[in-house]
Amino acid sequence: MRNLLAALCGILFGIGLAVSGMTDTRVVLGFLDITGNWNPALIYVMGGALAVTIPGFWLTQKKSAPLLDSQFHLPASCSIEARPIVGSVIFGIGWGLYGYCPGPALASLSALHWQPLLFVAAMTAGMWLEKALSSLRSRT
Amino acid sequence: MNTVPDFILPLAGGLLIGTSALLMLLVLGRITGISGIYAALFGKEPGGAWRWAFVAGLLAGPLLYHWLSASPAPLPSDAPAVLTVLAGLLVGFGTRYAGGCTSGHGVCGIGRLSPRSMAATAAFIGAGMLTVFLVRLLTSG
Repeated sequence: MRNLLAALCGILFGIGLAVSGMTDTRVVLGFLDITGNWNPALIYVMGGALAVTIPGFWLTQKKSAPLLDSQFHLPASCSIEARPIVGSVIFGIGWGLYGYCPGPALASLSALHWQPLLFVAAMTAGMWLEKALSSLRSRT
Repeated sequence: MNTVPDFILPLAGGLLIGTSALLMLLVLGRITGISGIYAALFGKEPGGAWRWAFVAGLLAGPLLYHWLSASPAPLPSDAPAVLTVLAGLLVGFGTRYAGGCTSGHGVCGIGRLSPRSMAATAAFIGAGMLTVFLVRLLTSG
């Protein structure tokens, strides 16, 4: 049941990305190109998503537990720190170079072109590198 | 198709993405952060099969949409392979170091009104805009 719902949510998310044009790197780069031919599409995508999540999450967190689990699994920290900002700057540079963030890159795999495949392979390597460096640093 | 205003489809897509994230929290109690879900796919956490189900759905969604709407899937980027690899490495490393990406920080974190996620989102959008600007500056010279 939990897996069925997760699959359904994945499908909804994937359709959402495709409908909104976020699987097209040109649309995303067009949004980031504020001094050129600016494409505001991403504003509407974020706005539409937040219009659901801000009130929905607020109401949901009034419950003591989710419907199919004994507890919510939420990030521990909501405070501003260097780490999420530094990481996001690195992520943003890659995003601006190419036009894929992780969701659209994965969702584009099913189109069976080599570009998203290569991107996801490199992204996986980058994630592995981060994990390796983090565990190295925590050991010293 | 040309009679539909430009913002309708992005807005509709955004509502679907938000609905997906809301259902994930309401039913499974999980944050829909794609980079985190993907990175944990190969972990050994028991009961993690929902992640595989979600990612399978994520891949199926665009296929389903383009088939049902008879609209062509967008062509992939024509950027060279070396840029694809570099960008992929940065996106993978950065999103894990930041503990989230556009979905985890942008849609869910801001959805929880977390200042941490608001700062992260401002950082990746700002860095993305600056990168596009600098690339333009360097390549148009």
